[in-house]
Amino acid sequence: MTTMSDPQQGSFRLSMLLNDTRYRSYTFQFIALMLLIALMAFLGINLVRNLAEAGLNISYDFLGVPAGYDINQTLIDYNSQSTNLRAAVVGIINTLLVAFLACLTATILGVIAGVARLSNNWLVSKLMAVYVEIFRNIPVLIWILMIYTLMTAVLPAPNAFRGDNATSSMLFDAFAFTNRGVYIPAPVWGPGSMIVVGTFILSIIAAFFYRRYAVKLLFETGKLLPMGWPTLAILIVPTLLMFFIMGRPVGLDYPALRGFNFQGGIQIGAPLIALWLALSVYTGAFIAENVRAGIQAISKGQTEAAASLGLRPKRVMNLVVLPQALRVIIPPLISQYLNITKNSSLAIAVGYADITATLGGITLNQTGRAIECVLLLMLFYLTISLSISAIMNVYNNNVSLKER
Amino acid sequence: MSDTHAQTVPFVRDTMLPQATPPSTAQGPVKWMRDSLFSSIPYTILTIAALYAIYVLLSGFLPWLLGGVWTTSNIRECREVLDGATGGCFSVLTERWNQLLFGIAYPQDGYWRPTLAFILLFVAISPVLFAAVPRKLLIVTALYPFVAFWLIWGGSLLVPVAALISIGVGYTIYGKLVKTSFAGGLAAGVVAAAVVWFIAGFITPSLSGVLALEEVVSRNMGGFMLNMILGVICVSLSLPLGIVLALGRQSSLPIIKLICVVFIEFIRGVPLITLLFVANVVLAYFLPPGTNFDLILRVIIMITMFASAYIAEVIRGGLAALPRGQYEGAESLGLDYAQSMRLIILPQALKISIPGIVNVAVGLFKDTTLVSIISMFDLVGMIRGPILASTDWNGVYWELWGFAAALFFVVCYGISQYSQWLERQLQTDHR
Repeated sequence: MTTMSDPQQGSFRLSMLLNDTRYRSYTFQFIALMLLIALMAFLGINLVRNLAEAGLNISYDFLGVPAGYDINQTLIDYNSQSTNLRAAVVGIINTLLVAFLACLTATILGVIAGVARLSNNWLVSKLMAVYVEIFRNIPVLIWILMIYTLMTAVLPAPNAFRGDNATSSMLFDAFAFTNRGVYIPAPVWGPGSMIVVGTFILSIIAAFFYRRYAVKLLFETGKLLPMGWPTLAILIVPTLLMFFIMGRPVGLDYPALRGFNFQGGIQIGAPLIALWLALSVYTGAFIAENVRAGIQAISKGQTEAAASLGLRPKRVMNLVVLPQALRVIIPPLISQYLNITKNSSLAIAVGYADITATLGGITLNQTGRAIECVLLLMLFYLTISLSISAIMNVYNNNVSLKER
Repeated sequence: MSDTHAQTVPFVRDTMLPQATPPSTAQGPVKWMRDSLFSSIPYTILTIAALYAIYVLLSGFLPWLLGGVWTTSNIRECREVLDGATGGCFSVLTERWNQLLFGIAYPQDGYWRPTLAFILLFVAISPVLFAAVPRKLLIVTALYPFVAFWLIWGGSLLVPVAALISIGVGYTIYGKLVKTSFAGGLAAGVVAAAVVWFIAGFITPSLSGVLALEEVVSRNMGGFMLNMILGVICVSLSLPLGIVLALGRQSSLPIIKLICVVFIEFIRGVPLITLLFVANVVLAYFLPPGTNFDLILRVIIMITMFASAYIAEVIRGGLAALPRGQYEGAESLGLDYAQSMRLIILPQALKISIPGIVNVAVGLFKDTTLVSIISMFDLVGMIRGPILASTDWNGVYWELWGFAAALFFVVCYGISQYSQWLERQLQTDHR
């Protein structure tokens, strides 16, 4: 009279919430959710009470009110009567400007240093190792402040350029390095200059098509067209011709010392330069390590196999090693770009008017809207970070090895 | 006989020639220089350029360093002593040494306390860092947080002792119960610790004079000490938090996973400086009215959250790198989730993640300088604020920045060298 005793089905006991793995996960998630809701409620209630006590409210009206402060480095029209929103936009553009410039130079620096560190030249590779270690191991804030000090305390004042026995002189009569910033010539777009620019854009497209045609010809017939010189010629010659045909419409406005300061040209403020250079050399050191790791990740067999196919060293690098190394290098490279963007928020230490300094600094202090300002600030950085990581994911899916 | 042979047979050598040394161009320093410095014309040009760069750097730097003045009391005296010669006014370092290390407001006769805590730090972390150190020293490690707190913040020794007892009680109870259920043991341990701490809260205030050091409020911490405090506390707190977040992100429970993903991505998406703004001006709005939270504590919370998100990503990488068989093997042994994680998965995953964790730690330590932006007087804050702004030392930039840079370089380079050494030690795969 023995019967098989199946585990009881259907009848649910309360203790199963803890002991049965089927239900325990629901218990834990429920507890976690409750804790989260309780925490949120706690913070929310405190916020409401604190705001009521201080007689404040959450409102974004301050964005429409005149900001009342000046910004010395702007790319769009701005004066102290512009709204706080406009100041924030100026800040956003400045952030993007310095991030773009720093990404560009950091990449160049990093690639050169990373490749040079693998060089057979003992002295050069050691020198690059020293560069990487020194710049990686010292906080970027100290670099920013040091370069800012260099810009403001060591470079001469504009009046050092004055007179016959001036102690400083301009580089090529076009660049002036002063403690108020660097002055460079500004392009002047005369009538007809758009045609020159248009020609240049057209020649870029033409160069692109020429290269595609050359590759196609190579693959179909095996005939090798020269690449470098024709491309350069296509890029330069038509534009130069058009430039002279149109009567040299694009001129340069050179900075010149008038009164107490330089006038004309473009002034790049010391804070921008300090931030730009510091972010470049600091992140460049990290990128150098990424590049080195990427190239070293390609196994020697690849190089040897390519060489045994009869490829010359330059082609081995261009056709075999680099395409594979890039797959390893690009993801960390993009996260370095992200770091540059986030580190550019240190602009506030040297008074460069990026979004942190305008919205999170002066606007916050003047209006007292701490919560709103910090929230908008975080939102901005979050948007940038998430969109860059979205792009990175797409890229990763495209280049990742398709196995199986 | 030999003579006839000599006539008929040409000379045959019956002994080996002694091995000749290679030509001088193919050995020793000459060969090395030809191979690694002057192997081709572009390389030669590079080498000469590099030599010139080194010469320019050193010819500017060495006279400044060696000709420095170390004993004057302000910048004018220093310039008089230098009298136009090249040299640094390093006397700013000797004169403001204590300010650079401890900040302005730390009591002068208490400087031995953070110094002792700093020395003990090495004793405490040595068994963690080096397997060769006797395991008994781990007791020092366990006691260190309490001793260091007492030394740096002062007050009665009873407070950290009470904390130690409550944690000890909690840990004992956890140890008793963990065999039956990890979650139950953990909960019981935490509750027991809280209860003991609560009870101790009635006793300690009445005995506040026992073994008391002069109390120092957090506001008065400064200088490099503040960087060290923030760095050490935040790294050690963010490690367990990061492990929890990483496990949560890997978990199969959708709600917990969602919470962890949102937290990690949010923190990683914003710069640390905005989180410090939150600590400085926003966090107070979210706490019960009247709570007066120390700024340093708020900053510690924020930096810990920041670091734990990054550490979580590193550990997640380690978890993902483990072969699937490890998870399945643990399950097939009949281990539950907590056991398999504790005994099988995490030890391996953490080992893989060590280099990444050290990178985060170094980055975090460097980022502690950011607190100077929310007007805390860490090393950078001290230099920018009280020292460079004083009339005595206004204008001594390079000596101060060089000192700060050197200090950070020594610590960060040391840590990263340690990490590389450890990586070689832990390499158990066969190559």
